[in-house]
Amino acid sequence: MIRVKINGAEQEVPVRTIAELLAARGIDPDARFLAVAVNGAVVRRAEWRAKTLSPGDEVEIVRPLQGG
Amino acid sequence: MTDPLIIAGTTLNSRLIVGTARYPNQQVMLDSLEASGAEIVTASIRRISLEGYSESLVDLLGGRYRLLPNTSGCATVRDAILTAELAREALETNWIKLELIGDRELLYPDVEQLVQAADELVRRGFVVLPYCNEDPVTCQKLADVGCAAVMPLGSLIGSGMGIANPAAIELICARSPVPVVLDAGIGTASDAAMAMELGCDAVMVDTAIAQAHDPRRMAAAMRAAVTAGRLARLAGRIPKRRFAEPSSPQLGLVGS
Repeated sequence: MIRVKINGAEQEVPVRTIAELLAARGIDPDARFLAVAVNGAVVRRAEWRAKTLSPGDEVEIVRPLQGG
Repeated sequence: MTDPLIIAGTTLNSRLIVGTARYPNQQVMLDSLEASGAEIVTASIRRISLEGYSESLVDLLGGRYRLLPNTSGCATVRDAILTAELAREALETNWIKLELIGDRELLYPDVEQLVQAADELVRRGFVVLPYCNEDPVTCQKLADVGCAAVMPLGSLIGSGMGIANPAAIELICARSPVPVVLDAGIGTASDAAMAMELGCDAVMVDTAIAQAHDPRRMAAAMRAAVTAGRLARLAGRIPKRRFAEPSSPQLGLVGS
């Protein structure tokens, strides 16, 4: 288990890669129209299965929403 | 009569850009977007809710529209750039509507940071459309750093106050080397027509449509207004005169 911040909320997660993190949340890692950043840098989807998280990492998972 | 709008080399037949926020429900939004004739619609980039996510805006819009992501809510260069990068990744587009606000109540742009962020985003290969204040100096700076258009506000976002400073908008349009899109504060159709008559190349509307009593009908009205205003602009209006000038001939008057 590692402690990371996801979308502003600290939590313990039993996973290591971004793909695993998404899957654990019921999100298909191959879904389009999704983007992820770790510590202020975008991680491209091609790297979601390879990129591992470290304790203290801050993760942003975003998608398009209604907006003006 | 073709009169296409060209932004960053992309040809658009609609001069009305519409937002996707604040509609009473999704069906009304879809109907309104259709009635507007818009080709570009805007979207925000937000954190996924941690319970997983339901049907996305993109799925709903079904490939019919070009989605223009915005950096709404960002107040720092760092956040705006990160949001833009995430938007590029999520929506597979390098177009970004850059919003960098300096006041959460007024939602007025922070000009200093806006120009800085625009400059950096252009360097990173984005097509930047910045929401900005209605000031010719700022608009020139944004064009100078490479923005594809400028989007001066008519009045406060969502206020429906129309075009508060028409003289400034007219000056911006006269001098701008890039397309001018009036963005924010439009309240009704005549505001949109006025923007086009002042020389704007396009108009962006969200609240005025979404929160109208009949959004679909207002979207249709905006479409007509943008077309009318543009035609009037191209037609070349008569000057304003301080005296009357009779329209009918003055000779052969009965009883003369």
